[in-house]
Amino acid sequence: MDNFVSGFKDAFQLIITLDPEFFEIVRLSMVVSLTATLLAAIFAIPFGTWLGIKEFPGKRILVRIIYTLMSMPPVVIGLVLFLLFLRNGPLGEFRLNFTATAMIIAQFVLVTPIITGVVFNGTKERGPDIQALARTMGASPIQTVWLLIREMRINILSAVVTGYGRAMSEVGAVMVVGGNIKGHTRIMTTTIAMLRNMGEYSLAIATGIVLLLISFLINSLLYHWQQER
Amino acid sequence: MKFNKLNLLILLILLTLPLVTACSNGSEPAPAEEPAPVEEPEAADEYEELTNTELILATTTSTENSGLLDFILPIFNEMFGIETKVVAVGTGAALQMGVDGEADVILAHAKANEEELVANGDTLERFDVMYNDFIIVGPPSDPAGLSENAPADVNAGYALIAENQAPFVSRGDNSGTHIMELSLWESSGVGAPSEDWYVEAGQGMGDVILMASEMEAYTMTDRATYLAMKDDVELDIVLEGDETLFNQYGVMAVNPDKGDHINYPAAERFVDWILAPETQELIAEFGVEEYGEPLFFPNAK
Repeated sequence: MDNFVSGFKDAFQLIITLDPEFFEIVRLSMVVSLTATLLAAIFAIPFGTWLGIKEFPGKRILVRIIYTLMSMPPVVIGLVLFLLFLRNGPLGEFRLNFTATAMIIAQFVLVTPIITGVVFNGTKERGPDIQALARTMGASPIQTVWLLIREMRINILSAVVTGYGRAMSEVGAVMVVGGNIKGHTRIMTTTIAMLRNMGEYSLAIATGIVLLLISFLINSLLYHWQQER
Repeated sequence: MKFNKLNLLILLILLTLPLVTACSNGSEPAPAEEPAPVEEPEAADEYEELTNTELILATTTSTENSGLLDFILPIFNEMFGIETKVVAVGTGAALQMGVDGEADVILAHAKANEEELVANGDTLERFDVMYNDFIIVGPPSDPAGLSENAPADVNAGYALIAENQAPFVSRGDNSGTHIMELSLWESSGVGAPSEDWYVEAGQGMGDVILMASEMEAYTMTDRATYLAMKDDVELDIVLEGDETLFNQYGVMAVNPDKGDHINYPAAERFVDWILAPETQELIAEFGVEEYGEPLFFPNAK
């Protein structure tokens, strides 16, 4: 229990002292996860919507693959990318291992199926009605997708929030491709894993508390924004 | 999301499947190349009665990753009917587990810190078990010229790395290896490096070796972990044999006064067993077959 009590104390101290090293870790965590989620959303929202209304051969198997990828362990994604990015690997010339770029790519791969899957599920249920409405109004296919995205925005928002939560909380993939390098690729979750291995339990708990606080703030902002629309 | 009954049923079956298979997985085949069990030491009668057969051993990643524990522990387990659970973490966490009373026995390699635990009454007496040695590995091109100019002088080697600003990956995790590395930077006159060529990973030895290989950097590693990974990385030994690079392992039983949950009877058996001549011989044998050289050198008194 002492670890939790001192963890709260340490968390408070980390926030009020504005420790520059710690804030760099927090900043990088948010930059990596927000960038990855944004890129994933740009791709996954139109794709999930399209998948929800379009019928084509092989759709059932594609949907099952997406559902499977939704539960892909981050460490497996990390491992696959790490091997692709190895100096002697197929993508070795880009020298991506142990960079923040590799971490963004890993989280993008992790989050894209999640957003796609959730958006697809929502569109599948309400999509046909909205599509019929669009047809009676004489909308083009692109206008139809746009109308769908507008009508489905609450579902889409929860898809993005779920995806962001997954990106921000994962440690397996970024540890492998990022390497937890101090000042370069160290983020909050890898810091917690490292502190645990060092026996610094209360500092590890403190970092976890700060991570939760940030998630709470971001979710509050999104919730607020959703209520206003 | 809506599920019809069939989908729900399939989902339930899928989710419970791992539980079913986990339960039916009781008997494991014994490792094929197990050395013959040695005789039980005569002192066995003097031990306290063994009421709990589960022993928690907190140790550093090097003993586990090298395969040493897999090599010697089955014999101990069979001899005493004890099930040893190995928690392999950094030295800092291993010692902390002793302080917290989360482990029964500790096998680590940071003598000064270990003696602190003994002095504080967290553990009982500490015994030397074995040593291994550290080496400096680097890219085959050896840009800082260690193998030519400082093949066995670690202070000169570290100075060369700093002088050439050659990339160096540090454990950066307060482990025994990291603590030793920091003291070597001090003694080589470099001080505490913080420039860009000095990469602080905050990870285990295996991860750091992989990173060094990928980044064409130098790093300091124990010989055992390096030999186990040698074929998968592009790193050569550029410095070895300096006496300051010898690394002493010690064993300590956690103080039974910490509570009834401490399995002292099993811990004292473990300590005596690992110091016994038969086990010490086994430790010296480990690795010879695979690498042509021993990885650990027993030196119990």
